[in-house]
Amino acid sequence: MKDTEGYVTADGRQIGGTLMEMKNITLRFGGVVAIQDISFDIREGEVRAIIGPNGAGKSSMLNVISGFYTPSEGEVWYKGQKRPPMKPFEVARQGVARTFQNIALFEGMTVLDNVMTGRLTHMTAGVASQALWWGKARNEEMENREKVERVIDFLEIQNIRKTPVGRLPYGLKKRVELARALAAEPSLLLLDEPMAGMNVEEKEDMSRFVLDVNDEFGTTICLIEHDMGVVMDLSDRVVVMDYGKKIGDGTPEEVRNNQDVIDAYLGVPH
Amino acid sequence: MFADIFINPWVDMVEAPDFLMQVLWEGLVSGILYALIALGFVLIFRSSRIFNFAQGIMVVFAALTLVGLFAMGIPAWISVGLTLVVMFVLAVTIERVVLRPLVGQPDIILFMATIGITLFLIGFGETIFGGENKVMITEELGIPTGDTVLEPFGGLLILQHLDITVVVVATLLVLALLAFLNYTQMGRAIRALGDDHQAALSVGISLQTIWVLVWFIAGIIALVTGIAWGARAGVSFALEVIAYKALPVLMLGGLESITGAIVGGLMIGILEKLFEIYWGQPLLGGNTETWFAFVLALIVLLFRPQGLFGERIIERV
Repeated sequence: MKDTEGYVTADGRQIGGTLMEMKNITLRFGGVVAIQDISFDIREGEVRAIIGPNGAGKSSMLNVISGFYTPSEGEVWYKGQKRPPMKPFEVARQGVARTFQNIALFEGMTVLDNVMTGRLTHMTAGVASQALWWGKARNEEMENREKVERVIDFLEIQNIRKTPVGRLPYGLKKRVELARALAAEPSLLLLDEPMAGMNVEEKEDMSRFVLDVNDEFGTTICLIEHDMGVVMDLSDRVVVMDYGKKIGDGTPEEVRNNQDVIDAYLGVPH
Repeated sequence: MFADIFINPWVDMVEAPDFLMQVLWEGLVSGILYALIALGFVLIFRSSRIFNFAQGIMVVFAALTLVGLFAMGIPAWISVGLTLVVMFVLAVTIERVVLRPLVGQPDIILFMATIGITLFLIGFGETIFGGENKVMITEELGIPTGDTVLEPFGGLLILQHLDITVVVVATLLVLALLAFLNYTQMGRAIRALGDDHQAALSVGISLQTIWVLVWFIAGIIALVTGIAWGARAGVSFALEVIAYKALPVLMLGGLESITGAIVGGLMIGILEKLFEIYWGQPLLGGNTETWFAFVLALIVLLFRPQGLFGERIIERV
């Protein structure tokens, strides 16, 4: 690892050492190159954004981090160790939680049950003891319930706890998805376009929650967004992608003044 | 004719309430077994979108294994334990050999695969245990075989002890399954997996573990129904039919719904008995139990295509 000292942000928060590092990641689907030789790191405690125009490969990158895609080349380092190819559920158990661009919730279950599934990564009681509702499983259920209630309070969704998710409006669903990810108490929280399809008010709410989560729990967050304005306000450092390549990496200020980034967003012919 | 259909049956019911109770009781016994089997289907369907055609043969296979192990001189209850182990191995094997390579294939392919499992188990079962009928080891398992005679309304009500045991055990199993699904993390994982695979993966649910688990639960259900049904009808490949009795239950209750499986099972068990005794035998010469449930289910589907408790699918365009 390069350096582990971290840095101090513009608003005075201390950022820690490297939590995750992507080294020369390339991802191909047949002849299509979705990601081409990209490297960047995510530091502990920071809000890291990946931005870029549509089709830049942002979501693919997030899928690589969360194990849904296995990179064709390159290495993923997590907590100082090289990560072998893993299934998504194994990555989740290592403390990486995520949300999805198109919302992936358990529609038939209540908000509470949905958020409870977020605690599955912390389940240690065996199947048998759960089936028989023995001591350990029982205590665990209580403990999980308590943590989940805290998250529900935090995201202000107490009043819809018992509502089946299928009945909720879009903005609230996004919030429930965030709650489920948070319930896992992740070391790294991945948000795939958390503001997509929202109106201004909902966007403001969501921005506030993202910042609060980072602030309250110290959760490291990596988010994808193509709304530049939102990203610049939220994030500490930004990776910019275009056509599968990295064209910029730095603080929002640096990225904003990067000529390549400006070209990519304004559409200079390649 | 009109009176035979619309009046006389009701008169009979009121005039001989003890006989009505007998009919209802027998309907309940079958009904709870239908409900149990339907639950096995629902669990597998919810967690993997597979309609498990092999459920019926699993009943036969479990019963044959139990009887076969006992015939080898192993004590009855140890045979039950070993049969459970066999059902677990079967679940692991099915997941490993059949389901895992087919992940992501269209549902119909997976359905065909379960037909394959059925055919394999028929052949495999015959090879190992032989095709002839066998007797369930009811007494050796300590299941009471006598009966109790009650005299409600000055009439007669005969309760077979075997039936009482079946009702008690099946009810306990259904309740335990309900609690497991609703109040434990594993149960939540099973329900979650059915709703959204991607989301389930992202919260750390392993497809493989859950699939083995639901197929094992289906195996336990198969064993219980195999013992209960085998004790009345003997152990043969004809036992498979009990699973197809769960089909109208599923049509009625909806493939997704746990409540639907239970209520649907009880309803069909009781209604088919009532129909057979009061309408079928006097008017149609009996034997209506083989088809009544399907007709009932079809009529319900005419009015509610999603079943009584199924999830109504509304797609936004």
